[in-house]
Order: sequence, then structure tokens, then C-alpha cells
Amino acid sequence: MKELKILLVVLAFVGITYYGVEPYAHSVMHKHVEGHDFKYPDLKAAPKGNAEAGKAKVAACAGCHGIEKAGMKAPMDAMASVAAYGVNPPDLSNAGAIYDTKFLVDLMQNPTHATKTKKLAMPPSASSAQDAADIAAYLKSIAPKEVTPKEAYEAACGRCHAMRYAKWTQIGEEPKTKMNIKTGKNPDLMKFNLKVAEYQDHLAKYMGKLPPDLSIIIRARSEDYLKTFVEDPQSQLPGTAMPRVGLTKEGYEKVEAYLEQIGDSSKPKREAIGPWVIGYFVLFTLLAFGWYKSQWKGLKD
Amino acid sequence: MAHFDPNAKPFSNKWLNERLAVDTLKRVLSTEYWIPKNINFLWAMGMVLAVTFGLLLVSGIFLLMYYLPDTKQAFDSVNYTIMQEVGYGWLWRHIHGVAASVVFLIIYIHMFTGIYYGSYKRGRELIWISGMLLFVSFSAEAFSGYMLPWGQMSYWAGMVITNLFSLGSLELNGLVEWIRGDYVPGQAFLGRFFMLHVLLMPLIIIALIVLHFGTLRLPHVNNQDGEEIDFEAEAEKWKAGNRKEAKVIPFNPVFLSKDVFVMGVYFVIFFYLVFYNFEFAMDPVNFDPADPLKTPPHIYPEWYFLWSYEILRPFGKDAGLMWFGFAQVIFFLLPFLDRSPYVAPANRRRPFRCWFWILLIDMVALTILGKLPPEGIFTTLGTIFAYLFIALWFALPFITKMEKLVGGKK
Repeated sequence: MKELKILLVVLAFVGITYYGVEPYAHSVMHKHVEGHDFKYPDLKAAPKGNAEAGKAKVAACAGCHGIEKAGMKAPMDAMASVAAYGVNPPDLSNAGAIYDTKFLVDLMQNPTHATKTKKLAMPPSASSAQDAADIAAYLKSIAPKEVTPKEAYEAACGRCHAMRYAKWTQIGEEPKTKMNIKTGKNPDLMKFNLKVAEYQDHLAKYMGKLPPDLSIIIRARSEDYLKTFVEDPQSQLPGTAMPRVGLTKEGYEKVEAYLEQIGDSSKPKREAIGPWVIGYFVLFTLLAFGWYKSQWKGLKD
Repeated sequence: MAHFDPNAKPFSNKWLNERLAVDTLKRVLSTEYWIPKNINFLWAMGMVLAVTFGLLLVSGIFLLMYYLPDTKQAFDSVNYTIMQEVGYGWLWRHIHGVAASVVFLIIYIHMFTGIYYGSYKRGRELIWISGMLLFVSFSAEAFSGYMLPWGQMSYWAGMVITNLFSLGSLELNGLVEWIRGDYVPGQAFLGRFFMLHVLLMPLIIIALIVLHFGTLRLPHVNNQDGEEIDFEAEAEKWKAGNRKEAKVIPFNPVFLSKDVFVMGVYFVIFFYLVFYNFEFAMDPVNFDPADPLKTPPHIYPEWYFLWSYEILRPFGKDAGLMWFGFAQVIFFLLPFLDRSPYVAPANRRRPFRCWFWILLIDMVALTILGKLPPEGIFTTLGTIFAYLFIALWFALPFITKMEKLVGGKK
């Protein structure tokens, strides 16, 4: 009994210390941001769009964006685009699947408003809410039912954020190249890396700094931080050049799944092995308890 | 020269005894190493520390096979190679990271157990001092290890702590550069801390563990009532079969059986932390690669350094450093600052009892405040608790001088 009392005192002090330096200290250091579950309540409801009408109006976008799905190639490649705009405009094939309709409609009319940024390479491109809604409806109609986590990441984040653990660069996946065994050099890879470096020069100038590589961001930020930050970057980091990207809840979950798959690939194994290891030690403890009782039998009054 | 039986079979017991005195060794170190019977689970913390150190050593050896001490590759060698490519590398790293943090929790419990039961007093001073040397070496080991992943917190904690060596207004910037091998933490810095972490500090720690065990052998372990036991007489009782009357038990197997049980409980909790709750030991901030151009908004040490960090913070530059230095060495002096001749648990020593609990609460408070940002009420509280810490140590000789012992042995 006395030992239990001692144990309780020890646990109380350990518990108070833990609470103080972990949950409490972090709640003081990181301001709490209320998320809106990717509903974007600050944006106006969009009028009902007509996909057929949108198909004709989407030409307004094709001046900068490709829509491979509809057979429209981007007018310029990534390198020329980044030189012209500071960043490579995304292909819109998957846009209807991962972005919020309200957001898209607002973005086409007033890009800096929708993205909450001071400047954005994209100019206002739709003359009315109806036009924008029609285009959004069209993008939705051509979008695949299901995009993979990887596709969601590449479309929503990948033109600014590299991910070296997935061999992803801002201009696409690092190509498979061969080293010249006689020279020990790999000129093709060097050429590719040179292009990446040039792209990053433009991007860093456009954004103010090079957006961080996201390989392991899933371990560097809390789940809640990532979620509220992506939903509205200004809420967590006022003044940041990162635009609000307008993902839907499902779209964000895809991106998050990819971040976890690349940045914390041991998580499934952790969760699978954990119970076995802990179970083993529970058994170990029970056996040890039996040994202890047998050794101490009759030693005390 | 000793007598060697030519007929003894190689590696037989007799053969080994003639060469290595294995039976004597076993007796002295294990089956006739006497431990008081009147103890509780806190007496198992030494063993828990030993196995945790073992875990750190083994997991560290595995990590060392893949870690690259190069500022350009260190981060990815840890977070990609070890965490994702090497089979079970993540497990070794989680064990290493969590054990490095938990080992300090056990050290603190071990220390405060010693303070509570007066286990540093006459005859046991060297146990205390060698233990404090271990604490300091573990601190250096933990700090140098924290540099190795070369994340944001590695870099900036390295910057802040090495800056302390400029010694305030003395502005010994040359000394800081000499320690870093550069103007800022860089390759030379990482290489040096790598060497400290994987070679020099572990060697020192192992030597000190041997010393710590050695200092324990003659005065023996203290007991729950601080009773002075005649170990030889009590051992005779045990050997005569009076197991109930004897006040002592042999280390092996009786004391060990309890140690192993406590270790089992400890491992259940430990591996829960390894698999499910590791962020307290593996700070998310350190999963951002070191960036000399970007200072993190909050720089704080690992939790086990927070109390002394908080003694540094509330004062001016020079006073802060002085009191920080004071906090680092004052625990060494405990056996000499305590002027009371009584060896007894703190609850029977008045007013030392109050001193003990106030010190414990004060250090918990300093630890929590050390992590909180230094603003408003936190600064005020931090200052008060820092002064309290200092005052407690100045008061100790006077408090123990007028000590009264209450209550008898129960």
C-alpha cells in the first residue's frame, strides 16, 4: 500500500510536469486558429453553372493553362511560363475534383481576393459570376471521379513545393537517367538540375523566398496546424506569400495522405508492431511479478 | 605464482576459478552483495537507468551505421535513410530519441529519491558526487546528440548554448569561435559534437557508471528508514536461513527479482511512448532542416534542461550566467551543505521536510516556465521561482543545523 502511495506521488509530479511542458506550453506558444472545415464561409455562394456554356468560355483560361484532359496543351512549357509569370500555371484537368467551386468562381473574378494575397500572377479572367460558374461547372464535368493523393499534391502544391523524398521537383519528377560509367558523371541529371535551379530562381523572386520542400512537413507541423494553414495561410502566418489554394475537404485529405505517405512512411508499421511489443512486455511483467512474489515469499512479517 | 591444476579441463569451473576467480566474483558482485530488505520500488531506478543506458547504446550503434556527420547530408541521413529506407531504422531512432528523454526523468526520480532518504550523507558522499558527475555527462551527451540531426532546433540550440561561452560582458567571442571551429555552427561544429556524442562522452559515462557502482559497494544502499544496518551480522542471519529476521537480502536473485518486475512495468510505458507518444522527445521543430537565415519563433531546450534555463533567463546577462553556473554546480555540494547528522527520510526531518517539497515544486515550476514564452506573468513567476531556488540553497545549511527528528522507526 505504501508503495502505491509513493507511486501516486511520483506520477502526480511527472504528470504535472508533462502537462506543463507539452500540452499547456504548446497551447500558449501556438495561437489557436479556428478552422472552417474547408467551407470558405467568407466567399459568396456561386450561381449555378452550366458545363456546356462553360466549355465555350474556358478558352479564357487556355491562354495560360493547359487542360490535357480536354486535349489542350499548355501554351508554354514550365521554364518559359516561370520566366513569364514567376510560377508555372497549373494544368486544369483535375481542378474540378480538388478545388471548391465557390473558391474557383471567386478566383476567376478576383484572384487576389480569393487567394488572400497581395499580388498574384493570375489576372481577373471572368467578367461575371455566371461566366466563372459556367467554367467551374465545365472543369467539374471533365474532372476524374477520383484523383490519387499524389495527383492532388502535384496539382495543388507541386509547382512551388519540391518534395525530395519523392524525387519531386517544381518542374516534375526527377527523370530516370544513367551515369556515364567512364566519367562518373550524369550529364542528363545535371541538365535537369540546372533547369530546376533556374525555375527556383524565378519562383524565389516571385514568392520572396523559395517555398520549403515538403518531404517531411507532416512530422514538422501538427495535424491541426497543417489543416488550418492550408485552408487559410494568413490565419497562421499573416503576411505570407503563400496563396490560399481553395482545396475542398476531400482534396485536402488527399494532399495530407500524400504528405504522410512520403514523410512518415513508417507510421503503418509503427501501428502494426506497437501492440505486439507492448503485449510482450505486459507478459514479461506478469512473469516477472510471479518471480518477484516467489522470491520475496516469507521475507516480511 | 598461484597454483594451476594441470588436470583441470579448459573452461571448467575449476579452470576458470584458478584464472579469473569467477566464484568469488559472483559472490562479491551478486549472490552476496547485500541489499537492505526495507526498500521500495524507487530503489530499482538504478537498474532502470542501467537498462535505459543499454538501450541507448544498442540503438545508437545501429543509428551510427547510417548516420552521416555532414551538414549537407545529416538531416536526410536521419529522416530519410534511417527513418524510411533502413529496415526498422525508424524503430531504433524512436527508441534512441525517447530513451534519451526518459533517461532524464529516471535520473531526476533517482536524484530526488536520494535527497528524500538522505542517501548522500556520511559515508555515501561519493555515491552522490559520482552520480552528479553522471548527470553532467549525460547532459553533455544529450546536448551533443541533439545537434546531430541538424534540424532547426539542433542548429539554433547549438548557437544559443555555445554563445554562453562568451561569458556575458567578458565577450569572449574568440572562445566561442574556438569551440565552434567557425563563426557560426557549421561543419567543424557538427563533426566535433559527433565525436563527443559517439566516442568521448560514452567513454566517460561508462567509466563513471563503474565508479558509481564502486562507490556503492562499501557504504551499501540506504534504506527507507535511514537505519544503520550491520551488514555482516545481518548477512550471517540470512546465510543461516533466518530469511525473515535478516534485514538484508542478496542482490541476486531476491533484489533482482523486484528490479526485473519494475523494469517490466517501465518497459510497458516506455514502448507505449516509443510507438504512440514520442513528440515530447522528438520535437516537431527539429523536423525542419537547419536554416541559418530563419530563427524559429520559440527556441527552448529539451525539457530536462528547462529548469536551469529558466534560472538563466530572468536575470541580466551577467547575473543570469552566474546563477546558471550556480545551478549547475550547487547539487554537487549537497552532502556538505546539509549539516544534519541524521540519515532519515525527509518527512521525519523538520524543517528539512519543507525544504525538500518546496525544492521539488520549485523545480517543476521552473521547468514549466522555462518552456513558456518569457512574457507578462510568466516572466514574473519565473523570476520569483528562480530567486526561490537560490534562496533554498543558501538556507539549507541553517535549516539542517537546527534540525529536529520526529517520529521513530515505524
